[in-house]
Amino acid sequence: MNLPIYLDNNATTPMDPRVLEAMLPYFNEKFGNAASRNHPFGWVAEEGVDYAREQVAKLIGASDKEIIFTSGATESDNLAIKGVFEMYKEKGNHIITTVTEHKAILDACKHVEKLGGKVTYLPVKEDGLLDLEELEKAMTNDTILVSVMYGNNEIGVIQPIKEISAIAHKYGALFMTDAVQAVGKIPVDVNRDGIDLLALSAHKIYGPKGVGALYVRRKGPRVKVTAQMDGGGHERGMRSGTLNVPGIVGLGKACELCGLEMESEAKRLSVMRDRLQSSLTVLEESYVNGNVEHRLPHVANISFKYVEGEGLMMAMKDLAVSSGSACTSASLEPSYVLKSLGLSDDLAHSSIRFGLGRFTTDEEVDYAIEVTKKSVTHLRELSPLWEMFKEGIDLDSIEWAEH
Amino acid sequence: MAYSEKVIDHYTNPRNVGTLDKSNHKVGTGLVGAPECGDVMRLQIQVDDNNMITDAKFKTFGCGSAIASSSLATEWLKGKSIDDAMKIDNMDIVEELALPPVKIHCSVLAEDAIKAAINDYRVKNGMAPIESEKVHH
Repeated sequence: MNLPIYLDNNATTPMDPRVLEAMLPYFNEKFGNAASRNHPFGWVAEEGVDYAREQVAKLIGASDKEIIFTSGATESDNLAIKGVFEMYKEKGNHIITTVTEHKAILDACKHVEKLGGKVTYLPVKEDGLLDLEELEKAMTNDTILVSVMYGNNEIGVIQPIKEISAIAHKYGALFMTDAVQAVGKIPVDVNRDGIDLLALSAHKIYGPKGVGALYVRRKGPRVKVTAQMDGGGHERGMRSGTLNVPGIVGLGKACELCGLEMESEAKRLSVMRDRLQSSLTVLEESYVNGNVEHRLPHVANISFKYVEGEGLMMAMKDLAVSSGSACTSASLEPSYVLKSLGLSDDLAHSSIRFGLGRFTTDEEVDYAIEVTKKSVTHLRELSPLWEMFKEGIDLDSIEWAEH
Repeated sequence: MAYSEKVIDHYTNPRNVGTLDKSNHKVGTGLVGAPECGDVMRLQIQVDDNNMITDAKFKTFGCGSAIASSSLATEWLKGKSIDDAMKIDNMDIVEELALPPVKIHCSVLAEDAIKAAINDYRVKNGMAPIESEKVHH
């Protein structure tokens, strides 16, 4: 076992060697521009892209013509939100999303507001799931788009996508989902789930960074988005720019591998994740954040009360994990996702996200359990809050000097 | 962001972790910060009849820099008079631990904890608390 151990697979994943192998020829021998229609160099590159388009489409039950390649999910999210608003603003100016979305969605929505759009940011329930009644109440005749993420990046909860898209369609709105954390991890099917637009990324599924895709439905209804970059009119005019051929080939291969291995992999990871979780919640005052039934197989977000997340991560220096603690960001604000579950700030500060992946072993999970337990216990010995808790002092009764 | 060697040293081997009897009139206790902000420091001093600090203890809920700042503070307090201890400046801590700008608030909190502990001792022993003129933030 090599240290440090990587358990931050929601941030990014290592590239699968099989993906790298598929990409390599497209850097030199097959270097052509996929848009060069009049010589073999271009044709070879285009063939690679076409094949990748089929691989990506197959993983999400789409047709290849519905896949628009982008530089990643942030671009896909931006293109979907802003592109739909610009295309359909004559029909209506209202977009609905949730407070736990990725910043790429939230900030694109804020941009739309500056352009005169109206956006409703729906709260989520304590378990992180959207309340379908709240969604239905928020729908209006002006609603053109509902955008709800498939699986959450911080807590891993899976939204009731089929039900959400049905409500959107009932009121004549399109349904968009940021499915970055879900695609390749659990079965996603654009027709079964009623998805009109879907963002995905290669580097979360063992592919390269800097490439992703936007699925845009072509039939029932035919969806269009206004391009956000002007140029050569690539990707059916929706996304100009010379195609990143090696990256796209890598994304395709990554999708193919996920399609083949996802089912067995999800089983393996959920067993590991459950073991990690049950071993750590043996510790007093530790809590799992988010719904535990509707959840991605590889994520566990746990709060260890009376211990601060960044301090904890420093003790677990051989584990690469992530924390919702304020101290990990320059803003000093704890995770907005955890806060929107109704978690108090101190619990949000005390959270650690474990993200398992394709290359995580049982031995590594055992090690992670040991180190985490030891570190939490050590830091509680240093914690004045733990001492007060043990003495039975109600921390809420103290007048804290906020600084 | 990488931590400095001194922060890692204090974090890994924190000095003077513990609790003094806060009901003892020769013990001053400072509890600063708030759980919501992700930092709470408790710093305690034991003072002798000549107003010299003979012992100091801390417990801190916070990031590595907050733990290191309070650990360092206890080291500096021991053997100082309460008047000299009052002069410890947060920037001395920043310099000693090579804290980056985003962690300066940890040193501010440590300075606040020192002053709060001294004032607690002063009030307990019939002296007026010393108002800090310095304004942080």
